[in-house]
Amino acid sequence: MTKHDNPTTLSRRAVLMGTGALVVSVGAPVGIEMLLSIDEARAQGAKPPLTPDQLSSYIAVNADGTVNAYFGKMDMGHGLFVAIGQIVAEELDVPFKAVKVFMGDTATSVNQGGASGSTGIQLGGKQMRMAAAEARRVLLEMASTRLTTPADQLIVVDGVVSAAFNRDKKVSYADLIGGKYFNVQLDWNKQMGNALYAPGKAQPKPFKDHKIVGQPIKREDVFAKVFAQEDFVVDIKVPGMVHGRVIRPEIAGAVPVKVDESSVKDIPGVQVVHQNGFLGVAAPKEWDAIKAMQQLKVEWSKVEPPFPNQNALYDHIRKAAVRKREVGGKTTGNVEEAFKTAAKVIEAEYEWPFQSHACMGPACCVVAINGDKVDCWSGTQKSHFVQIGLAAQLNVPLANVHVRWINGPGSYGRNDADDCAADCAVLAKAVGKPVRLQYMRDQGTGWDPKGPASIHIARAALDAQNNVIAYEFKSKGFSRVDVNTNGSKLFDTLAGQTLGVALQSGDGFGVPAESYEFPNKRASWETIAPLLDRSSPLRSSHLRDPVGPQIHFASESFIDEVATATNQDPIEFRLKHVKDPRDIALIKAAAQKFGWDTRPSPKKGQTGNNVTGRGIAYSQRNGTRAAVIAEVNVDRTTGKIFAKRFTVAHDCGQIINPDGLEKCIEGNIVQGISRTLWEEVTFDNKSVTSVDWISYPILDITETPEKIDFVLINHPELPPTGAGEPSIRPVAAAIANAIFDATGVRIRRVPFSPDKVKQALS
Amino acid sequence: MTQKFTLNVNGKTHSVDVDPDMPLLYALRDDLGLNNPRFGCGLAQCGACTVHMDGQAIRSCVTPVSSVGTAKIVTLAGLGTPEKPHPLQTAYVDEQVPQCGYCINGWIMTAASFLATKKKPTEAEIKTALEGVKCRCGTHVSIVKAVKRAAEMMG
Repeated sequence: MTKHDNPTTLSRRAVLMGTGALVVSVGAPVGIEMLLSIDEARAQGAKPPLTPDQLSSYIAVNADGTVNAYFGKMDMGHGLFVAIGQIVAEELDVPFKAVKVFMGDTATSVNQGGASGSTGIQLGGKQMRMAAAEARRVLLEMASTRLTTPADQLIVVDGVVSAAFNRDKKVSYADLIGGKYFNVQLDWNKQMGNALYAPGKAQPKPFKDHKIVGQPIKREDVFAKVFAQEDFVVDIKVPGMVHGRVIRPEIAGAVPVKVDESSVKDIPGVQVVHQNGFLGVAAPKEWDAIKAMQQLKVEWSKVEPPFPNQNALYDHIRKAAVRKREVGGKTTGNVEEAFKTAAKVIEAEYEWPFQSHACMGPACCVVAINGDKVDCWSGTQKSHFVQIGLAAQLNVPLANVHVRWINGPGSYGRNDADDCAADCAVLAKAVGKPVRLQYMRDQGTGWDPKGPASIHIARAALDAQNNVIAYEFKSKGFSRVDVNTNGSKLFDTLAGQTLGVALQSGDGFGVPAESYEFPNKRASWETIAPLLDRSSPLRSSHLRDPVGPQIHFASESFIDEVATATNQDPIEFRLKHVKDPRDIALIKAAAQKFGWDTRPSPKKGQTGNNVTGRGIAYSQRNGTRAAVIAEVNVDRTTGKIFAKRFTVAHDCGQIINPDGLEKCIEGNIVQGISRTLWEEVTFDNKSVTSVDWISYPILDITETPEKIDFVLINHPELPPTGAGEPSIRPVAAAIANAIFDATGVRIRRVPFSPDKVKQALS
Repeated sequence: MTQKFTLNVNGKTHSVDVDPDMPLLYALRDDLGLNNPRFGCGLAQCGACTVHMDGQAIRSCVTPVSSVGTAKIVTLAGLGTPEKPHPLQTAYVDEQVPQCGYCINGWIMTAASFLATKKKPTEAEIKTALEGVKCRCGTHVSIVKAVKRAAEMMG
């Protein structure tokens, strides 16, 4: 029931509002009638509608005094819920353990954007902090009338409000509102997703009063995970469920024209679903669905293989027509004019391949359709957007679609999860039963949206005294939003595209994020059209720190190239041009922790097969900044790189949980090493050929760095910014710069796999 | 097509009536309802499906049910309990290893099989023993720390 179903409550509230009974003069005598009025105005038995402007959409106090926090984002493995629980507990003055965070369920949370852009704490936490602060303010207001004590003379300890000068005068949150809902309006900015912000009247606590925020509280889910007590999305089973599998073409762009259902008739209960370009099967037993997928005879349309030879990829990017061009970042001076006066120009070009999310397991989803009601369990990063997508796809009202986010097999951006939800809904609708669809490995790695391939051209103009007088940086590549970051639009999903909805490819890239100042400076990007305009295994979208690793591989390698060209130490050169004080402090902190030996690269006097080097790179990302120093060992004979030791300085404003932050950075560094040393989507003319862990290798445990040191720079006085992605950004350049330091050879194309390094060294 | 098999899993016997060629993974997950071995690749390349067969870590995604016979199968759920945890489970909690956690079976079950026969392994030996098991979130450093810690606990 919502409050709109209860006209009595509504009219009562309206009357109260109208009479001004809510304006309580603190300290004034309060009669029993007014007590009831305030409590009734602030708390009610029926839940207000789940809208962003209701406090009840974020916070509820249970009858036992525990607190539910409803969060419209979700955890992708960094323990985000711990940090959110800390923030909520801090503002409410309840024990951390009293807060339970519910994530990504469209029935209990509003659309806060899902897991997106490392904004879990930066934006999601900000909203939860404001909501919790408002909840405390309202609870104090209610307690003030109950205890006939002015609110500013009340204190809260562990969810119990008492009069500061008479601690026996007390009332608990549970007694004030437990089991009822807040009926409090917030000042919503009318935005949905990441931009949603709905503060109340309360100000959050001053940081100096923080006791729970900043503590290294552990994740409880680790316990559940190691004892096999927690369900992942692959473990969801619903009554009457059948298992689905989809079938992809061998040549990208081909569609099934003839399907011989008799070829699978020996498989019990199998159903074939063929709609336009969509082809899938379902069977009561999972193994039977897999066999049907393998056994089904299909004639595909004859299409020209759509892709260029892989070794022509970067030439294709160079020559392709520009679809959109944009200048970004801070432009200074006049770059063209400055280059005309240069005594010397340094120029370099860098290349980055398509990369895959390559999650531990291919995506999985369960969809149950009952009349015009839809239930979905998904590992998506953006359940509220999947809700929108399924409502459109199945033509049912949004409110009838309930999407629950359940732990998936990794994520790292727009992986295959949203496609899986849409495919699963096609199957469930067609077979008339709940369907659990899990992709196969080759579909997960082969057909997930890819991190875009790109080229980057950097040039610097030097005067006669080796001063940098101009710097220009250009990127050209596939769009980071060829398909968008979520499955809310049919044209952004493989299901939509195979069913015949035309792709509406978007344009987006980026520019380096740093604080280098040069008299003349400009950065820009250009995007090109996708290689195939429909259901493509090379469609590009968001992969962890979208386009950040490629841009900063190029820009931070180039900074080192300029330092070398002018015979300067890489850190000294950076410190000469970096102007943001937090960036300067960061780079210095990293250098000190690492034990940086100040000298120009490359390192002199190294002989023998095994050589070592060190390299730095740094970058910003939406307020956060990270400096990474890598120490590498290069085997000249085999070309094998061992990324041996790292030091990371990280500044994301206020640190909510230092242990969680370290783990988060550790994952960034290791995944960053993997993407730098090994990862490259391979393809032939027909389709993607990197489809498993052999053809798409990632960093092996035998290549684990010996040590990662952290310098966590805490700014409790500043708002927290993100950590999920910023530190992966400089990793590739730090390694490239270290390889140069070790060998004197500059490698400008990722990945640095042994054969490619060997080739570069010879 | 289907055949009856008796499987000994986590100390209990279960009857299943399945395709003899079906990998053990599907019997464990779909017929026995044991969720902890997971499908990662179906190709024995990642380890997410790892279980013990008579103490040996095997990839259940490529092990036909018909090949199991009377072998004793142990899954992560059978390795230890919160009351009586395996040292690796304790170490995993202490080191706060997992991120998404989907890969846990591969690491813990492979490491458990290794540590059962190898006392006081070096870090290099641990890494070699775990070669090929996959973690995509990049928790490698924590995994190595946890296995070292468990090895110390096991003496």
